[in-house]
Amino acid sequence: MGFSVLVFLWRKNFCHKGSNTQNYTKCLKIFFLRLIVIALPFDKLMKEFKGFVIKEFYHIFRDKRTMLVLFGMPFAMMLLFGFVITNEIKDVKIAILDESKDEITRDITSRLVSSGYFKLYSNLNSGNEVEKVFRKGVVKEVVVYEPGFSKKLGREKQATIQIISDASDANFANLITNYTSGIIRTYVNDINLKKHMPYQIIPEIRMVYNPELKGVFMFVPGTIAMILMLICALMTSISIVREKELGTMEVLLVSPLKPLQIIIGKVMPYVVFSFIDALIIFLLGYLVFALPVQGNLFLLFGECLLFILLALSLGILISSVTNSQQIAMMLSMVALLLPTILLSGFVFPIENMPRILQWLCQLMPPKYFIIILKNIMIKGTGFSYVWKETLVLAAMTVFFIIVASKKFKIRME
Amino acid sequence: MRTIFYIIRKEFIQVFRNKSMLPIIFVVPIVQLIILVNAATMEMKHIRLSIVDLDMSGTSEKLISKFKGSPFYVINQYTFSIKEAEDEMMKGNIDAIIHISSGFEKNITRENSGKIQIIINAINGTVAGITNAYIQNMIAVYNVEVVTNIAGKSAVSNSPASINITNSYWYNPQLNYKNFMVPAVLAILVTMIGMILSGLNLVREKELGTIEQINVTPIRKYQFIAGKLIPFWIIALLELAFGITIGKLLFNIPILGSLWLLFGVAALYLLVVLGLGLLVSTMANTQQQAMFVMFFIMLICIMMSGIFTSVETMPDWAQVVDRLNPIYYFMRSVRMILLKGSGFKDILNEIISLALFAAVILRLAVWRYRKTA
Repeated sequence: MGFSVLVFLWRKNFCHKGSNTQNYTKCLKIFFLRLIVIALPFDKLMKEFKGFVIKEFYHIFRDKRTMLVLFGMPFAMMLLFGFVITNEIKDVKIAILDESKDEITRDITSRLVSSGYFKLYSNLNSGNEVEKVFRKGVVKEVVVYEPGFSKKLGREKQATIQIISDASDANFANLITNYTSGIIRTYVNDINLKKHMPYQIIPEIRMVYNPELKGVFMFVPGTIAMILMLICALMTSISIVREKELGTMEVLLVSPLKPLQIIIGKVMPYVVFSFIDALIIFLLGYLVFALPVQGNLFLLFGECLLFILLALSLGILISSVTNSQQIAMMLSMVALLLPTILLSGFVFPIENMPRILQWLCQLMPPKYFIIILKNIMIKGTGFSYVWKETLVLAAMTVFFIIVASKKFKIRME
Repeated sequence: MRTIFYIIRKEFIQVFRNKSMLPIIFVVPIVQLIILVNAATMEMKHIRLSIVDLDMSGTSEKLISKFKGSPFYVINQYTFSIKEAEDEMMKGNIDAIIHISSGFEKNITRENSGKIQIIINAINGTVAGITNAYIQNMIAVYNVEVVTNIAGKSAVSNSPASINITNSYWYNPQLNYKNFMVPAVLAILVTMIGMILSGLNLVREKELGTIEQINVTPIRKYQFIAGKLIPFWIIALLELAFGITIGKLLFNIPILGSLWLLFGVAALYLLVVLGLGLLVSTMANTQQQAMFVMFFIMLICIMMSGIFTSVETMPDWAQVVDRLNPIYYFMRSVRMILLKGSGFKDILNEIISLALFAAVILRLAVWRYRKTA
């Protein structure tokens, strides 16, 4: 019976002749809203509720700019993380200070340059020029060969290369010196192969879960967590506080709607949108970045729903402590978004942080969500591996809902 | 002139009327500074290993003891079953497995080469790459020891050459990540405060309706905009000063360059940021809209400005787009002044770009704001 209703609605809305895009969007909206009307159980109390929910949807649809940001954000984030922000080294400008200028040093230099990681910016003539070239900020590394390099290597079996790096960006400096050392070491191995080194230990490396070392595994779970937190916590709290600030909350409170219905009605659109956004991110990850989704899809979406509930309860909690949109915004950003980005293991691995901060990270809900996502998507594990984190998230959700419901006042003060 | 002064006074009163504003402006950034700077490090501290040693020979045990003795590694598991080790990795408790099959020592001494299998958890590609480099380095060093031990010193002279690599890290010899992050975090905070305060300001008046009352006064457009910008400019600069003091006290960041130059650049940069906030403000109808658009722009600009990852590693087209990013110029200037002691001439390029941005954006904001809407 429900199916025939759906078909009826579909045909009613899509049998327009010569519909252009605007018409199509309008039809989509009407269809969507009618779907809600039908989907919610038919009940006297529910009639006002339905009307309220539909009003909320209208509010959002009318706000083109916010919609643009809402749906454009996933695309922008994926684009940014996928193509722009990488830790891959390419064409880093280096300078060479070659005090011997013989065959071996030229060999090593050509290896460095042809690796694709580095680009030779200039050849220096003396040690004094190093400081000048760093000051300009273009060259990130200077490779210095000591004089008489090949002779020393041949006679004493040892020669020294000095790698001077501009360590004002410490991460970067570490990375490029590692790469440079790697290339030099490979060169050493190669010239030694000709000499049959005895008693070699040969390491065989196997990278599991992500053999191609793709960066996408790191940022997709984090992006999802961030966007869900943004929409559900931030937008929800602002939406509720706005009503308070503009004075329309009082009108709502004296209406026959129960406070619970008001809250649920207000967050409903955001639940839908966050789900759609999560879907977009998954699809983008799968189509554009070849991100595998190995595990159970139902489990995945179930966990997403749990996190959405958590974020919503946080948003409601924030909205109940303040009357000003500005404060709500700042609170959400500072207490929710920034920790989500920085303390959840999204950008910086938690294992590398100092002890105290690691304890703080344990309190962050996004941390558990990201672990769950990574386990399900990448390792393909089932519920048995993520039950601990799921339990933590569920407990947090219940806790925040209780606190929020206690704080929400029926009378305006 | 006096009109501007009145608007400034009104803005200050409005900002501080909200009792939560003061702590948010000063306390929160400091807390963030402390947390962020400590969190943001890519140093590999404790690589968690699992050892599967099926050989149990002198050679393999010495190798394992090398890993045990190094502060970079922590051995979480010794097992004889590779399956158990892989299980632990699945649970996320270890980062790498070192698997030495039986007959390792025999292979080295008799057939001149023995294999070790290293399985690395590569979910975080960058970390996996660094872990790989560290472990291989350790093994290479051990290899030389093995050769010396087995074949004696004579074999060493017959044997291959090695190149000593010494690393010199300028401006930051201990690879102190904090020196890098503090200026970055300061810049982010100042940007955020500036954008939020200025961005929400005009829209709030629009939303609450008080803008109508201002529009009917004889105040000129530029006076109004100036009056709106100056208070937040002062607040943001104060915050920067506060942040640098904390940075010096808590993290002992180097301040090699001229502080006057730093504040000069910051003042210029703030004009750009505040102007941007104001521009968004004039185009939005509700505070929610303004905040989201601003947040969107801010996030993209911050990500691309070289805070977490260097601009050099970005693809070429992204670097070109980054030229339009004011945060990029500010970040470069702050780092160069604080860490390298660059002077006015060195950052002339950045100053000119920022000045150009400020001029364009402020002009746009003034033009966009219409008194008769």
